[in-house]
Amino acid sequence: MTAPVRRVFLTPAILLMITTFAVPMIIVGVYSFMSRGAYGGVTPPFTLENYTRLFDPLYGVILLRSFWIAGISTALCVLLGFPLALFIAQSGSRKNLYLSLVILPFWTSFLIRTYAWMFLLRDTGLINTILQSLHLIGAPLPMLYNDGAVILGLVYGYLPFMVLPLFATLERLDPSLLEAAADLGARPLETLWRVTIPLAAPGVRAGAILTFVPCLGTYLTSDLLGGSKTILVGNLVQNQFTTSRDWPFGAAASLVLMAVAILLMFAARRKGEDLL
Amino acid sequence: MKRGLVFYAVAAYLFLHVPLLILAVFSFNSSRFTMWQGFSLAWYREAFADRDLLESAANSLIIAIAATALATIVGTLAAYGLWKHSSGAASRAIAGSLYLSLVTPEIVTGISLLALFQWVFRFLNLRLGMHTVILAHVAFSVAYVVTVVMARLRTFDPALEEAALDLGASHYGAFFRVTLPYLAPGVAAAAMLAFTVSIDDYVITSLVAGVDSQTLPMAIYSLARKGVSPVLNAVSTLVVAGLGTVVLVSERLRAR
Amino acid sequence: MDAILELRNVSKQFPTHRAVDRVSLAIPRGAFFSLLGPSGCGKTTTLRMVAGFETPTEGEVWLSGQRIDHLPPYQRNVNTVFQSYALFPHLTVRGNVEFGLRRKSVNDIEAKVREVLNQVSLTGKESRKPTELSGGERQRVALARSLVLAPDVLLLDEPLSALDPQLRKHVRAELKDLQRRIGVTFLFVTHDQEEALSLSDGIAVMRNGAVEQTGTPQDLYQRPATKFVATFLGAMNWIGDLGIRPESVHIAARAPSGTPSRSAHVTGIVYLGAYVHVEARLESGESITAQVAPGDHTFFPGDAVQIWWSPADELRFPA
Repeated sequence: MTAPVRRVFLTPAILLMITTFAVPMIIVGVYSFMSRGAYGGVTPPFTLENYTRLFDPLYGVILLRSFWIAGISTALCVLLGFPLALFIAQSGSRKNLYLSLVILPFWTSFLIRTYAWMFLLRDTGLINTILQSLHLIGAPLPMLYNDGAVILGLVYGYLPFMVLPLFATLERLDPSLLEAAADLGARPLETLWRVTIPLAAPGVRAGAILTFVPCLGTYLTSDLLGGSKTILVGNLVQNQFTTSRDWPFGAAASLVLMAVAILLMFAARRKGEDLL
Repeated sequence: MKRGLVFYAVAAYLFLHVPLLILAVFSFNSSRFTMWQGFSLAWYREAFADRDLLESAANSLIIAIAATALATIVGTLAAYGLWKHSSGAASRAIAGSLYLSLVTPEIVTGISLLALFQWVFRFLNLRLGMHTVILAHVAFSVAYVVTVVMARLRTFDPALEEAALDLGASHYGAFFRVTLPYLAPGVAAAAMLAFTVSIDDYVITSLVAGVDSQTLPMAIYSLARKGVSPVLNAVSTLVVAGLGTVVLVSERLRAR
Repeated sequence: MDAILELRNVSKQFPTHRAVDRVSLAIPRGAFFSLLGPSGCGKTTTLRMVAGFETPTEGEVWLSGQRIDHLPPYQRNVNTVFQSYALFPHLTVRGNVEFGLRRKSVNDIEAKVREVLNQVSLTGKESRKPTELSGGERQRVALARSLVLAPDVLLLDEPLSALDPQLRKHVRAELKDLQRRIGVTFLFVTHDQEEALSLSDGIAVMRNGAVEQTGTPQDLYQRPATKFVATFLGAMNWIGDLGIRPESVHIAARAPSGTPSRSAHVTGIVYLGAYVHVEARLESGESITAQVAPGDHTFFPGDAVQIWWSPADELRFPA
């Protein structure tokens, strides 16, 4: 393809990325070093205060908690997603059907899927109602509005994000490698441990990034399922740009989130692996 | 081990699907409490009678259609450009930033776009509204389009384009007459995906929407914030059923 | 005969076709035995039934006096060298070779690995990854990996087909030499008759899932039991029901006196380096090819010639 032709095809995307990604990021970056304006917005002077405030115990706790919840959610997604991806990869002709069954809930409204857990977990929700009517509990169990509910909602929401790259890697696994392992004396579980899992590592890495970063910056899940007790970085940022009107502080928190995302992206990249 | 795996898969699929099925079931519950008291379409009637809801739904559709159209065009062209020339600084920058936009938390995308708009509006006499929402949606859906179209491109034999050139077609001619027809199912699938992503978006939309362009997710959110309501169950079921159909068709196209 | 591996009336029926049809074989201990046939003849399926990746729908597989057809692969004392070698990409050469040895003590593993790598001439390459090795080296790792477990029979699924022709001849010789030195019974699957003839102590020719003939290379070449075996091994001329090999066909301007011969004229010359194939058409209409040494011919297309052969070299098969 000649250079001018290539330019035509790529220009719209380049323009879009510059205006909607690069420039906004620069703006946010600049704002993060500025001070809060009288009526919201930003004014000079330039300062590092926003960043130092972020690592203040008060807000530092929020950061730590976000990492903690995102980490657990990602780990759970790996543990729960791997057997499912393995099942689909080994299901022969019905692979596409089973894959669609995973993709289907994923693409139909994250918001509604989060709401569904509200319906199930709240004090007068379905689970409590059933347990109470079976006389297994007296008072309703407080399952909503805590960290556990947030983790549940995150795992529920992002599990497909983990299953898809895992499946892609497992599908490409050469079946003769598994036969070779059996031929050399390895029983099925041993083959899984010594051959399948090590070779699935790239898929785990890809899935983990795709899951961890959105979990880290989650807003909806912690807002709807965590209530006022669970404020994570995402909620903090949203807060600063709406009710609190402290844009510089919100900008700083956003940049920290982005920095983590970029760091992870580079850390997990290996030579030759395609990004998209 | 095989049997254990099947067992587990069944449990996993139940976990993924049952919550939504329960919502659907209870949307037909005549009582507003979590005790089944009979079949009723009352909540659906109430949903369709709610003007605000209908207006939000209409807004969402308009935005989704516009954003999908734009994102699909930009994304398909970009995917093709990247596929033809995957090395080189420009290509790697685009691929990198597309991946980043996929991985960036929505809240960060949202506030960054808000900051952009507010800054730009100092020079232009504009306010937040449908147009800002559409632009925002195009921004975050392009990466999905590129991913899907790229996957389809990888199954395309480049020799077909070379044959077209050999027979006298120009580069553009080859693209429109040979490559694009082959890509069509992938492009359609990508468009459907972009559509569902746009319809469902809450976080980014809520930040850049302004006062008079409420979307369906925003309406759903404020209802959900107030607590569980059977009308919400009905609305949810409708949305999930609708989007589910779109996704199913999209998957069929992708698998072709 | 001391048969280490026996297949008794083994069949494999797939939903769409019968891949293996009542195959019975007895393979002697220490032999280099080949399953030879065109693609689709069932030789690989037969091999996989011995390895344990397929279960026979009928018949039994016996190894060293024990019945094994119901056992999973990891419980059989046979090992396979796969066509693609199937080396574990995430392990080094050493990691691959010691994979099956996990249960022994540490010292033992080291010593065994060193010994087998020495046997296949790969000493010094222990820390390499499979991607860093040549095709021939990868094959030797696959061999070492299986041999280190001292199997009763080593199964090889077309191990030479992935190598380029020059390398193939070289590796063929090495393989034969290795087998003779170590003494392990080899069951070798191939579609290349030259390979089978040059390597084997015994060959079973297969077609459409069944064994057409079993015997030594000489048996099969000189006394083929069916038309198929005759055509598959080496070249063949057919005059109706009568078969005669090109190297047995004599061709000259005039036959020696007293020898009955047929008239023909030359239609083509094919120069093959070590010998020449002279193609001719008999008066009776059939085509025939004679093999002559390069120095022995001064034929040109169109020449009138005489063709004869010794009746002892004739191969006849009932219609």
